[in-house]
Amino acid sequence: MLENESLLELLEEDAKLTPAQLSAMLGVSEEEVRSAVARLEKEGVIKGYRTLVNWERVSAPAATALIELKVTPKKDTGFDEIAGRIMNFPEVRSVALMSGGFDLAVTVAGKTMSDIAMFVARRLAPIEGVLSTATHFVLTRYKEGGVIFHSEYEEIDERGSNLCD
Amino acid sequence: MIDYTQRTNRILQQLPPSGIRRFFDIANEMEDVISLSVGEPDFHTPWHIREEGIASLEKGRTRYTPNRGFAALRQEIGRFLSRHYAVDYDPATEILVTVGGSEAIDLCVRSLLNPGDEVLIPEPSFVCYVPITRMAGGVPVTVETRAENGFRLTAEALEAKITAKSKLLILPYPNNPTGAVMRREDLEAVARVVERHGLLVLSDEIYAELTYGGAAHVAFSSLPGMRERTVLINGFSKTYSMTGWRLGYAAGPREILALMTKLHQFAIMSAPTTSQYAAIEALKNGDEDVAYMRRQYDLRRRLIVDGLNKMGLPCFEPEGAFYVFPSIQSTGLTSQAFCEKLLYARRVAVVPGDAFGASGEGYVRISYSYSIAHIAEALERIHAFLQHDL
Repeated sequence: MLENESLLELLEEDAKLTPAQLSAMLGVSEEEVRSAVARLEKEGVIKGYRTLVNWERVSAPAATALIELKVTPKKDTGFDEIAGRIMNFPEVRSVALMSGGFDLAVTVAGKTMSDIAMFVARRLAPIEGVLSTATHFVLTRYKEGGVIFHSEYEEIDERGSNLCD
Repeated sequence: MIDYTQRTNRILQQLPPSGIRRFFDIANEMEDVISLSVGEPDFHTPWHIREEGIASLEKGRTRYTPNRGFAALRQEIGRFLSRHYAVDYDPATEILVTVGGSEAIDLCVRSLLNPGDEVLIPEPSFVCYVPITRMAGGVPVTVETRAENGFRLTAEALEAKITAKSKLLILPYPNNPTGAVMRREDLEAVARVVERHGLLVLSDEIYAELTYGGAAHVAFSSLPGMRERTVLINGFSKTYSMTGWRLGYAAGPREILALMTKLHQFAIMSAPTTSQYAAIEALKNGDEDVAYMRRQYDLRRRLIVDGLNKMGLPCFEPEGAFYVFPSIQSTGLTSQAFCEKLLYARRVAVVPGDAFGASGEGYVRISYSYSIAHIAEALERIHAFLQHDL
């Protein structure tokens, strides 16, 4: 029996694993793996396969910011409608409804900080229902998607080849 | 000029140098080597355990502990052994905290042996039993185990090596380097031989928490009549990924533990204080971490066993520790030659099986305490090696 959770955990950790490798690890046939993956893709459980890039290591660093939005929810559609408008912008990387001191957490990527500032001022702030915005720029990424990015803390294998281990 | 050979310990001088030291030296010099050779976990010590160590330092807890180790730690060890293996030890008199499982092995052997006593050592196994036995004036008697028996120790093989001088049996299961585990019925058969010949047993159970495929570890001392004959050794290194903390323990009859403690207090004083604080946290709240790591090791184990079998390096199914021990006999090479060629041709480092005793010849030890991506890459290289370089 193939457990979807185990399959998904493995793929979430490393999307490059082949059906053959997955079948060995999960103790099911390659065919079962293939059809389970196809089904999960179709059902929208698997939303895609991407590469985790540390752009800070590439010459032109991009800017990213977390924007806190306070908004007035619509009577019928609540926060959904306003969130829907915001997430249509290609500059917006993620939108989430939050508990606590503000409503929507929006991450925005741009070439420069001023691009992002302009985007917030021209596109987000004027949206009907947006009460206030607070822009926080990302200065350094220490860890993302469960992976450590900061070079000083990066995983290194310092295990020697001890005879007596 | 002083002739140091005349002024230093003769037994130590005569211990053969390690056959694989040279091999590791070569591997360490090379670029782009993928190693599957180490015998320690790749996981970091879980953060909540590290935090307890740090907190103890912040509070200035930097002094010696009692010789036996903190009472609170011994109590937790007692609870752990009882909870996991249904063996009960008195924390006050039957448990000793040591500098790694290795110190416990050394203490135990030195506390039990008189010159000329024979120590029965199943092979292939951890490389330290023979030297420690020799240094204690004992005579190592190896008992070969075989792939066709799943590298388990059989009563017949043991019986065949017993003499009037046999005193101590070392039981290294789950086994490094083969990954073999002893099931209850295997242990019962060994226990009958132990009983019949009045042997003592050092049960090195350092990998006890790392077994796969459903069969939980059975502590040898949990068998009827074996508690009074057995020193159980375990530790934190493999279970909680705490190798560098250097912390292990022994549990056994109070008379033996009293001798081991005497030796420990003269030689070591007490095990590292910071590590003991961290270890209390590990035992109290670490079961989930162990379950997580065990699951990860199991996935890797399946990947590597499948990969090796498919490429024609037959692998008996290892059920414990984090090693596989495939046969390389189909290549016609010796273990040493196989490892050297593989290293030079494809830059993959694995350990020749004969490093763990003569009966390991024809095998190599491959560790899977590496990430899945690392293992997958190494398997590809080994496959290419078998296809193109022989």
